[in-house]
Amino acid sequence: MLRDITLGQYYQTESVIHRLDPRVKLGGTLLYIVSLFVFGHFLGYAVAALFLAMVIRLSHVPFRFMVKGMKAILFLMLITVGFNLFLTPGEELVSLWKLSVTREGVRTAVNMAVRLVMLVIGSSVMTLTTTPNNLTDGMERMLGPLRVFRVPVHEVAMMMSIALRFIPILMEETDKIMKAQTARGADFEGGNIVQRAKALVPLLVPLFISAFRRANDLAMAMEARCYRGGEGRTKMKPLVYEGRDKIAYLCILLYLAAGIGAGYLGRFLGI
Amino acid sequence: MSMILDHVNYIYGQGTPLETKALDDICLQIPHGQFVGIIGHTGSGKSTLMQHMNGLLKASSGHIYFNGEDIYDKDYNMKKLRSKVGLVFQYPEHQLFEIDVFSDVCFGPKNLGLDKKETELRAFDALRKVGLPMELYYQSPFDLSGGQKRRVAIAGVLAMNPEVLILDEPTAGLDPKGRDEILCQIKQLQTDTGMTVLLVSHSMEDVAEYVDRIIVMNKGRVLYDDEPKTVFAHYKELEAVGLAAPQVTYILHELRARGLAVDVNATTIEEAADTVYAALGKVRRK
Repeated sequence: MLRDITLGQYYQTESVIHRLDPRVKLGGTLLYIVSLFVFGHFLGYAVAALFLAMVIRLSHVPFRFMVKGMKAILFLMLITVGFNLFLTPGEELVSLWKLSVTREGVRTAVNMAVRLVMLVIGSSVMTLTTTPNNLTDGMERMLGPLRVFRVPVHEVAMMMSIALRFIPILMEETDKIMKAQTARGADFEGGNIVQRAKALVPLLVPLFISAFRRANDLAMAMEARCYRGGEGRTKMKPLVYEGRDKIAYLCILLYLAAGIGAGYLGRFLGI
Repeated sequence: MSMILDHVNYIYGQGTPLETKALDDICLQIPHGQFVGIIGHTGSGKSTLMQHMNGLLKASSGHIYFNGEDIYDKDYNMKKLRSKVGLVFQYPEHQLFEIDVFSDVCFGPKNLGLDKKETELRAFDALRKVGLPMELYYQSPFDLSGGQKRRVAIAGVLAMNPEVLILDEPTAGLDPKGRDEILCQIKQLQTDTGMTVLLVSHSMEDVAEYVDRIIVMNKGRVLYDDEPKTVFAHYKELEAVGLAAPQVTYILHELRARGLAVDVNATTIEEAADTVYAALGKVRRK
């Protein structure tokens, strides 16, 4: 049960990308995002798009799921493109009242749009192919060195997993309490804003009490199993790099090299 | 007829891969004043069924009539239905929220738009019916014991003066004494007020003693619908669907098989004792 909660966007299927170590996916996504901002040339972007297409193909996740994430940033993208288009000084192409579209403006706007699209799709691939629990595991391991600076890495990761685990439970609980109060004549839909806020009291109070009760029970159960934080704690399924993970790292490095190379090539050829 | 269910179907998650038929062609008639036990294994659809009866869930197809009116009619007043068909959920104490017991019980009647006096009268009446000691009325509901909290929650529904009271596993998580007390009180209430009561449970033992009629649900369908004796006669079939007849049924059948002429239809311990004495040709001293 704990393994298969579906939250956010995880898309369950069988693929090599799904099986990769979460550290590879986290690190790879980070490098990919950085690379998008380092490659300054359209040939570099072509390499990035090709790489992304290959990963999506390997992940067996339908493309429409990737595009879903785009809706959320549509507004942000419009603003970015708009600003870049109109407010970049340079050689003027079209002039509208006080705003003017410049050659440089078009260039940066297109650059920005391409970067944003690939950035969102790239990170979607990670969240679509990794369970939230795996993701927190990966983060815990990657941020492990920060413990030297007294950052409570394990505790934060544990809190994240618990929070994620409890979301479906509390959703179900909300539904149950809502129904129980509706059966007692409560009305959650009608009325003005004040009445609606007031109507939430019979829902929120029991919900909070239940959350505290569950937290208490969980804390007790953890203590009964001698949980004492991350100190000296081992994992049942420790993250171990396997052959495919090493290959994946190699692919990422090759991609970076190809992207940078393409940029130089582009400038060398003068396109 | 208080309530009529006419070919009710309910499908969860229609159009998704997880589509399941939770209710499959349910036809039931529930007359006024009957005490009905609805029995079924976890996931048999009994909770889904009862959420249909007060309109919290809407059937995918079929009709439900309450006092002769179709509750799916466009201008049917759902709020009124919910005040007439009181629904007590499983672990109802989890819905308590007010600062004291009395105000919590007032919540239901207040939502019906009654004036203050009527609301308070009803709340007092309901609390008295569930037998909660007077000195607890102005305590926080969260300071009460499990059994007391449950009584308060049941009173919260009773205060709406329902014609039909539906209870989903009202004894879950209570000790045997608390269980018997609650069930006795519900029976008392039913005989006193002539209210129709539907008791949802997975335990035959719970209901055998109190109900007039048992409806056995399995995989969203009605498996048996008859008086307790007749239903328990199918004890072998009940076992096949993960339910059990009361223990006395097993003992009596075993005695019968070993040659003692007992009446296997006894459903309560009292009746069983009587028939064993009778079969032994002895008079039972009480």
